[in-house]
Amino acid sequence: MRHILAFIWKHNFFFLFLVLEVVSLILIANKSFYQGSVLGNATDRFTGTVVSGWSGITSYFNLKQENERLAEENARLHRMLTEEQITSDTTTLTVTDTTYNQQYTYTVAKVISNSTNRRDNYIMLNKGRKHGIERDMAVMNSEGIVGTVVSVSSNFSWVMSVLNKHSRLSGRINRINQMGTIMWQGGNPASGTLHDIPAHVKILEGDTITTSGFSLIFPEGIMVGTVERINVETGDHFYTIQFRFSADFNSLRYVYVVRNLIRDEQTELQKNIIDE
Amino acid sequence: MSSTYINDVIRFFVLIAVQVLILSHINLGGYIDPMVYVLFILLLPFEIPGWALLISAFLLGYGVDSFSNSTGLHAAAAVFMAFVRPFVVRLVGAPAEYEGNLKPGIAHMGFKWFLAYTSLLVFVHHLVLFLLEAFRFAEIGMVLLRTILSSIFTIALIVIAVYLFMPRKK
Repeated sequence: MRHILAFIWKHNFFFLFLVLEVVSLILIANKSFYQGSVLGNATDRFTGTVVSGWSGITSYFNLKQENERLAEENARLHRMLTEEQITSDTTTLTVTDTTYNQQYTYTVAKVISNSTNRRDNYIMLNKGRKHGIERDMAVMNSEGIVGTVVSVSSNFSWVMSVLNKHSRLSGRINRINQMGTIMWQGGNPASGTLHDIPAHVKILEGDTITTSGFSLIFPEGIMVGTVERINVETGDHFYTIQFRFSADFNSLRYVYVVRNLIRDEQTELQKNIIDE
Repeated sequence: MSSTYINDVIRFFVLIAVQVLILSHINLGGYIDPMVYVLFILLLPFEIPGWALLISAFLLGYGVDSFSNSTGLHAAAAVFMAFVRPFVVRLVGAPAEYEGNLKPGIAHMGFKWFLAYTSLLVFVHHLVLFLLEAFRFAEIGMVLLRTILSSIFTIALIVIAVYLFMPRKK
């Protein structure tokens, strides 16, 4: 025993290196566990406070663009109001016999930290559990999809950007109603790839891709991007489609966090199927 | 003894702040991600004990990680870089005699020495970091491209920073 200890002591530089390297690798591998831990929460609270203070200063630089974007979105929403539309019905009486229920609610949050040049990009928002943000909520802005909430502390939350190797979202090419998987291959932050669309259907450059609404996270019809390049690998029966994201991930300032109000009911239903 | 390290302690916090508040937000295309914070490890005195070198590198990496939600990634790369530092010093040529506290900067060791020392260590750090980040051999081409491009930027920024901010004793 003494010999072993003496050996370790003699090579303490190497053994300490080993220990620290293993700790780091455990932190990388057990990320979700770490994020829920006391240490993770304390770290998030500290970094969140620093980063939100800093973004309070830097956000002044983008006020002009942000105002323009808001005005544009207001105009677009205005067009959708019923008062702005003329009824061209020839029937004299319309009975609407449907009760409408709200399915999605939107919370505005500010982006206080963001990156686009890593392989795994994350976005930090200035709202957390206190403001009703929960794991697995969708995040979008007026231009299109942005990501999914992956971890929440009481005042802040981390969003897994679509620009992440773990990100898988369900998308649809609107014109032909075909479903596929949205991914990001790294590198260019402006373009992503759409997979699993069978090679027999005809796709055109410029086709729009939106969310499918089949996931419990994103509402249907949120803009994702437009098709840029279409490609079939030899021996493959599916397209690899390169598309341009509609959202500009570099200039994110304010985003909407989407809550699906009937999500619990949907997951419950899904669980029943799996149980049987 | 303790006063020798005050500058290093200050540099530790300043470099993390500069990295996470400014450098990480500069966008130079999807491939370039300069990480100037490793300058802290480069400038630690030669006679620093091994354990202090490793632990301070770990804390440095952990600090940067906690701001980018990349838990453990920068810590692993920084610890690896600190571990190979003594070997790189021997490879590039250790200082002839340890007089007082000779520091591995341009002022004491000369530009050529510092450039070789910095380039090797930065390349090792970036390679480990991008390998762990991608974690797939299928992406090895992308990893190497990012390593080379980012290393060039990091080395250039480090040399500029050293010329701008380090007092030159001669």
